Amino acid sequence: MGEITEWVFFFLIFPGMLFAVFVGLAMSWVDRKVTALVQWRKGPPVSQPLWDVIKLLGKEVIVPAQSWAAGFLALPFVAFSAVAVAGTFVWMAATGFGAPPLGDLIVVLYLLTVPTLAVILGGAASGNPLGAVGASRDMKLLLAYELPFVIALLVAVFQERVVDEATIHAGTLSLSGIVEFQQTAGSIIARPSGFLAFLVAIFCAHAKLGFVPFDLAEAECEIGEGALLEYSGAALGLFKLTQTVLLATMPVLLVTVFWGGMGPGFWGVLAFVGKIVLILVLFVLIKNTNPRVRIDQAMRFFWGPMTIVALLALLLAQLGL
Amino acid sequence: MAEATTSPSLFLKALKKSPWVFHVGTSGCNNCDIEIADCLTPRFDVERFGVKLVGSPRHADVMLITGPVSQACRAPLQQAWLEMPRPRAAVMVGACACSMGAYKDAYSVAGPPDKVLREVDPDARCVYVPGCPPKPETIVMGIVKLLGAL
Repeated sequence: MGEITEWVFFFLIFPGMLFAVFVGLAMSWVDRKVTALVQWRKGPPVSQPLWDVIKLLGKEVIVPAQSWAAGFLALPFVAFSAVAVAGTFVWMAATGFGAPPLGDLIVVLYLLTVPTLAVILGGAASGNPLGAVGASRDMKLLLAYELPFVIALLVAVFQERVVDEATIHAGTLSLSGIVEFQQTAGSIIARPSGFLAFLVAIFCAHAKLGFVPFDLAEAECEIGEGALLEYSGAALGLFKLTQTVLLATMPVLLVTVFWGGMGPGFWGVLAFVGKIVLILVLFVLIKNTNPRVRIDQAMRFFWGPMTIVALLALLLAQLGL
Repeated sequence: MAEATTSPSLFLKALKKSPWVFHVGTSGCNNCDIEIADCLTPRFDVERFGVKLVGSPRHADVMLITGPVSQACRAPLQQAWLEMPRPRAAVMVGACACSMGAYKDAYSVAGPPDKVLREVDPDARCVYVPGCPPKPETIVMGIVKLLGAL
């Protein structure tokens, strides 16, 4: 019983749903504020993302007449719960709070694809032709970035390093194992293979978050937010919360896998927060300085240069670089 | 707008803090549309008040309407209005949207937007922002007045 209540606490309060939602809201404020500063505007107040969500949760939910109503309403919950669980595992490994199960890297990879699948199904279930276009683009984008993303994360798994004349292998699919390896052997990002893999992972995470230039599945000025077009009120609010929690998860996943997670003490926490904010601002700057690409350009980018660089990084990691 | 008065006060406050707008041009001359775009620029920056331009009426709280409603635009405007989730409100931007302007009694128009909306939704809440075109300050003030009246 004690273990069950502990896990319920992990999933629902810290570092799961509640914590991740508030961190994500703060991070989406950073996103909007930095965007505003780049465009020489003043930007919204800190509380803005929270008000948006409260408003959406209180509005009327309309189910389109031509939609598959049960799926249309259930999928936001599927997306949100999947990403909340993924966020819990990533934050547990990053902060060393509690013990995530073995092989959680695979679980996280799977769970992080669920929100995209839910958006695809939701777009298809809405019965809207533009929703179908958005869903098909989302599907192609998922196929495109998943391959280099998995290879880039494998680079961290295959790391080995000589410390005190003994070779240490990361050799683990556990996120906390990778963090532990980096505590004895230094950050993975400091090595050539790790750095290349980190670059690839940045772009893949960017596409996963659906930011410009890879926002072609939403493309509000072209296909009117794509798969989310027909969603309103609380259902839309849940999808927005899903994106929020995803925003609170992806930079932390990158920091955990490539940049050593959270160190001990006050300075460790400060450095951890600094790394996350640095990656977030990098995302926002990429987002604000690039125009949207077409779906064929996105697929060529991820299956071409990105996959080649990721494979090169994997080769370097095997050579012990 | 019965929902707005019966909703809890937290929701009402949130609604005032984040009005998402959907912009509909009902065959005007495009001048008011340009002034609406001006509201988003650094000088006016309506995102300070949480105003966001959205791409679907399903996501919107406020509909900005410019121009007189032509016969061809009448049904799409009514449909877009009914697609908006409650509580919802409309802002008529410009002289044509308020009172038909130069298009009064023209053969090709179906009437001013507020009249067209009230054909399908008698309770439609409308705010009027006159001018040809209205200044961005005027549009921002119209939205602020609307939020105060909610």
